[in-house]
Amino acid sequence: MKKPNDIILRGVTKVAVVIIFTFAINLFFAGHHNPGGGFIGGLAFAAALTLMFLSYDVDSVRANFPVDFKVLTAVGVLIAVLTGMGGVFFDLPFLTQAFDYFHLPIFGKTELATAVLFDIGVALAVIGTAMVIIMTISEDR
Amino acid sequence: MNNIVILPIIIPMILGLIMVIFRRRIMLHRVLSILSMTGTGGAAAYLIYQVKHEGIQTLQLGGWEAPFGVSMVVDMLSALLLITTSIVALFCVIYAFKSIGREREEHYFYPLFLFLITGVNGSFITGDVFNLFVCFEVMLISSYALITLGGKSIQLRESIKYVLVNIIASFLFLIAIAYLYAVTGTLNMAHLSERVAEVGQGGLMTAVAIIFLFVFSLKAGLFLFFWLPGSYSAPPTAVAAVFAALLTKVGIYAIYRFFTLVFYHEPQVTHLIIGIMAAVTMVLGAMGAIAYKDIKKILTYNVVVGVGFILAGLASFTDAGMTGSIYYLMHDMVIKALIFIIGGVIIAIAGTSNLDDMSGLIQTHPYLGWMFFITALSISGIPPLSGFIGKVYITEGTFTSGYYWLGAIGLITSLMVLFSVMKIFMNSFWGETILSEEMEKGTTRGVMFPIVALVMLTIGLGLGAELLHDYVEIAVEGLMNPSLYIEAVLGGNAQ
Repeated sequence: MKKPNDIILRGVTKVAVVIIFTFAINLFFAGHHNPGGGFIGGLAFAAALTLMFLSYDVDSVRANFPVDFKVLTAVGVLIAVLTGMGGVFFDLPFLTQAFDYFHLPIFGKTELATAVLFDIGVALAVIGTAMVIIMTISEDR
Repeated sequence: MNNIVILPIIIPMILGLIMVIFRRRIMLHRVLSILSMTGTGGAAAYLIYQVKHEGIQTLQLGGWEAPFGVSMVVDMLSALLLITTSIVALFCVIYAFKSIGREREEHYFYPLFLFLITGVNGSFITGDVFNLFVCFEVMLISSYALITLGGKSIQLRESIKYVLVNIIASFLFLIAIAYLYAVTGTLNMAHLSERVAEVGQGGLMTAVAIIFLFVFSLKAGLFLFFWLPGSYSAPPTAVAAVFAALLTKVGIYAIYRFFTLVFYHEPQVTHLIIGIMAAVTMVLGAMGAIAYKDIKKILTYNVVVGVGFILAGLASFTDAGMTGSIYYLMHDMVIKALIFIIGGVIIAIAGTSNLDDMSGLIQTHPYLGWMFFITALSISGIPPLSGFIGKVYITEGTFTSGYYWLGAIGLITSLMVLFSVMKIFMNSFWGETILSEEMEKGTTRGVMFPIVALVMLTIGLGLGAELLHDYVEIAVEGLMNPSLYIEAVLGGNAQ
């Protein structure tokens, strides 16, 4: 098989992936009060991973990103459910969220919310699921 | 507020997720499966106690009060179904230990099984129509995976039909939800009940009700059961047993919930339709059960007959009919799991599911034979086994409400069911022994425990019907008085 000439694709990917990752994280944190959140942030993250898989081969990306996406999905959902359990230990309904304002160095007055933990779980689950689906289809020849 | 309400959903979910993380640890999977079923069973037992003494238990997720948030509600019907589900699933999973095979175990059999139970329990608990849809999907997606797991050609062929039928049903479900929301402006079941009672169940609401009936009938195998015999005979026995025991029951539960809580104002239309569908289901199912000479086919058609019979109780819409239905629903969950497991063992031993090719198994497997005999009597409602009491009450209910034809069809099809299972008994256990022990393809070793336990359970449910009566009575009271449910969910917010 002829080696494809994809130097431009690879070059662009190297830059674009960083931008997409940053944007994904930005979307994730924006989601607390504005449009965005774990689901859409996770999808953007998965898009960047897919771009890497497309422009480089699966094996070399896997070597640098050694995560089993099925496990990632499970861990994500587990984090989300266990965050929901948090309220149970304080005798509040399941899925109750809490938030408060703290003064942190560098950030100043910051809102910390348990909903973010839940969202991290959602993001991991979305990344995992999207990647499992894409990888499964790509393996199927 | 009662956080125990959520436990039957999150226990299997969390343990299933842990299993996915530790994929290769099969022993861990087995231990966690048993833990999960006993855990949900314990939670359900405690909920039964609480419902009996304190009334219907609710949980408003995240503290968002109904009707704005998602409510989880456990009344006596849900609690009884939850505990039966846990027990049946426990024995099915124990049966799976010996029968399912290493290959499937490593490909997430136990996690999928637990996610299936998550969906089933969620459907029983939720008090919100859209959440019911989500729980249905959780259950269905796990069932898609379970039905194809192993990838035999018959499994793949049948799963295409199964997936297609269920996707269409889910699509209609969504449309029906959209209609309902457009008309009433709410999806909380208690709130729905209140609103429908306020505006009256006119032609439009009845039409929406019939769409819901259509959707749930597809899932329950009520009249629209054309997909069921094929799909349920494709997967391995442990999976088929849990499908037969639980999946159709979720559809039945949904029909019960909707047509006692929300759409109960026009029984002469909706409940008559349910009655007619139940009658046709029973007749066609019984004909199928008699016609075939293949064990799997006979058993799957028996599932269909059971569905029709349970809904005959709802069609009667009387206290007696409802009492009978609840008894019969619990009996049917136990007995369908049991007879599928025994059928699977027979097929494993004989190496074929064709009745003509087996005979005289009682020589080599006397215990299995007698267990099957008891099961066969129970499934057709011979006293003192568990099917009897439900049958008596349902028949009484249909006669009281004037649906004599429905009761008569129920009784006649019972005889046909008895004939169909006795046909299996006579063909496979009686006659000349053609298989010596060495020629057998499978064994009963290790699988007798779940069979014996479930047989004890069907005998216990029959003899202990009196003890159970208090609880069933509370469940019926809840079904016949929607105000109890509304009061429990909406509480001070009730208008």
